[in-house]
Amino acid sequence: MQLALFIIFAVLCVAGALNFLFQRHPINSALSLIVVMMSLAVIYWTLGAEFLAAAQVIVYSGAIMVLFTFVIMLLNAGEEDRTHGSKAAYFAGIPGAIGVVALLGYTFFHEKAILGSVNLGGHLNNGLNNMVEISKTLFTDLLLPFEVTSILILVAILGAVVLARKEH
Amino acid sequence: MHLTDTQIFILLTILKIVVVLVITLTSVAYTVLLERKVIGLIQNRWGPSRVGPFGLFQPLADGIKLFLKEDLMPFAVERPLFVLAPLIALSCALVSIAVVPFGNVFEYHGVDLFQISDINIGLLVILGITSIGVYGIALSGWSSNNKYSLLGSLRASAQVISYELALGLSLVGVVMRSGSLRLRDIVDTQATHGFLSWNIWPQLLGFFVYLMAAYAETNRAPFDLPEAESELVAGYHTEYSSMKFAMFFMAEYANMITVSCVATLLFFGGASSPLGHFLPDNFGGPILMHIFPVLWFVFKVFCFLFLYIWVRSTLPRFRYDQLMSFGWKWLLPLSMLNIVGTALVLAFKG
Repeated sequence: MQLALFIIFAVLCVAGALNFLFQRHPINSALSLIVVMMSLAVIYWTLGAEFLAAAQVIVYSGAIMVLFTFVIMLLNAGEEDRTHGSKAAYFAGIPGAIGVVALLGYTFFHEKAILGSVNLGGHLNNGLNNMVEISKTLFTDLLLPFEVTSILILVAILGAVVLARKEH
Repeated sequence: MHLTDTQIFILLTILKIVVVLVITLTSVAYTVLLERKVIGLIQNRWGPSRVGPFGLFQPLADGIKLFLKEDLMPFAVERPLFVLAPLIALSCALVSIAVVPFGNVFEYHGVDLFQISDINIGLLVILGITSIGVYGIALSGWSSNNKYSLLGSLRASAQVISYELALGLSLVGVVMRSGSLRLRDIVDTQATHGFLSWNIWPQLLGFFVYLMAAYAETNRAPFDLPEAESELVAGYHTEYSSMKFAMFFMAEYANMITVSCVATLLFFGGASSPLGHFLPDNFGGPILMHIFPVLWFVFKVFCFLFLYIWVRSTLPRFRYDQLMSFGWKWLLPLSMLNIVGTALVLAFKG
């Protein structure tokens, strides 16, 4: 059951990511990105991080991507022409990407014993709520980084207000 | 034939989904009739009265009409998205009903019969699905390739995003009081002394913020600017006809029902009796004692739907700038004030 869920949503996620790259219209790409985010949320959930899953859906798919689609809709962006891409992409980019994937794969398989593995879907059935643990960690051990991040966001909001303010 | 527990679980879950979907869609149809009837009475006219006794078969006639109408699709539309948009709107509106508990816990072979799925972050799931629903509106307006549709959908999306913040924050007080995001836990904390222990009393401010944000979130009067017919023809669904239009229509009313369910669960004790334990818990025998909570729940949801209709027929529409300043300058600070107040009270109580 959990394995079936993982396979369905992993395939959906990868398909969405590929579709994101191959679509020529920006709005289709934006929509595939939403599919990727939603499938990632389901995978988080099967791993027992249900709060992260909900936050992913509400914040990323529900707020940030809406703004993305908004911008695309308002700019009235049309279809893009497909170019052949630069030579650097062919000679450095593709081998580089393959190299990174191979390195990561090798590390994960080789160091499997040290990294440990998570029981897929093992958290789906127990009624535990990890929000209590998250908030405890966030408000005791990580209080300073948490508050500093909030102030950073506040600064960004103030900056946006200053930029958008009309001069009188 | 002997079924294993997994098979029973799958069969009962499918049965529950079918039953809940049928009931929801029927109540969507009859909410439309209720709305037309009540607005008719408020405006001193009859409302639908021709089809069947008291016009009771009007939803059926409307359904047949919408099914049989020609499905027009303008040439200039963005075809896949044009078809996808009403599907997103309707499915998002229907999915969130899955986490709503309709009655007390009643387990049959380990399957709770009065709730499709009991998720420990039920409230967040509802909020998440609501936030996805905005894509249906945004995409319909953009893919229609029509300036009225685009304006309507831009208004709708801006409105939904703005009021989503106030909506989410207004519920934090309730969550803090119950200490859980599971809808059953939230209901259980309100079930001890009947209507006296409902969350509406300590969370009065949160309730009103929620109510107003919810009206805006479902694009209903007095916040129905996205489909302001005097300025935008019909807003984002101007180019839609036949069943595609019907899907938007059903989505709007299904959203109303979901919002009413959430209000009932969070502020009015859900399926628990307002009389508390005044009547004995096994009142009415082994079957009726499980039916009464469902009836209480339906009654409370009905009251909210009635309020929706009442508000629509009484209040004029907001202006766009009023809508935005109301959401950001009043509802959002008020809901934050509610959180701070609730936190202080909880902290001093220990």
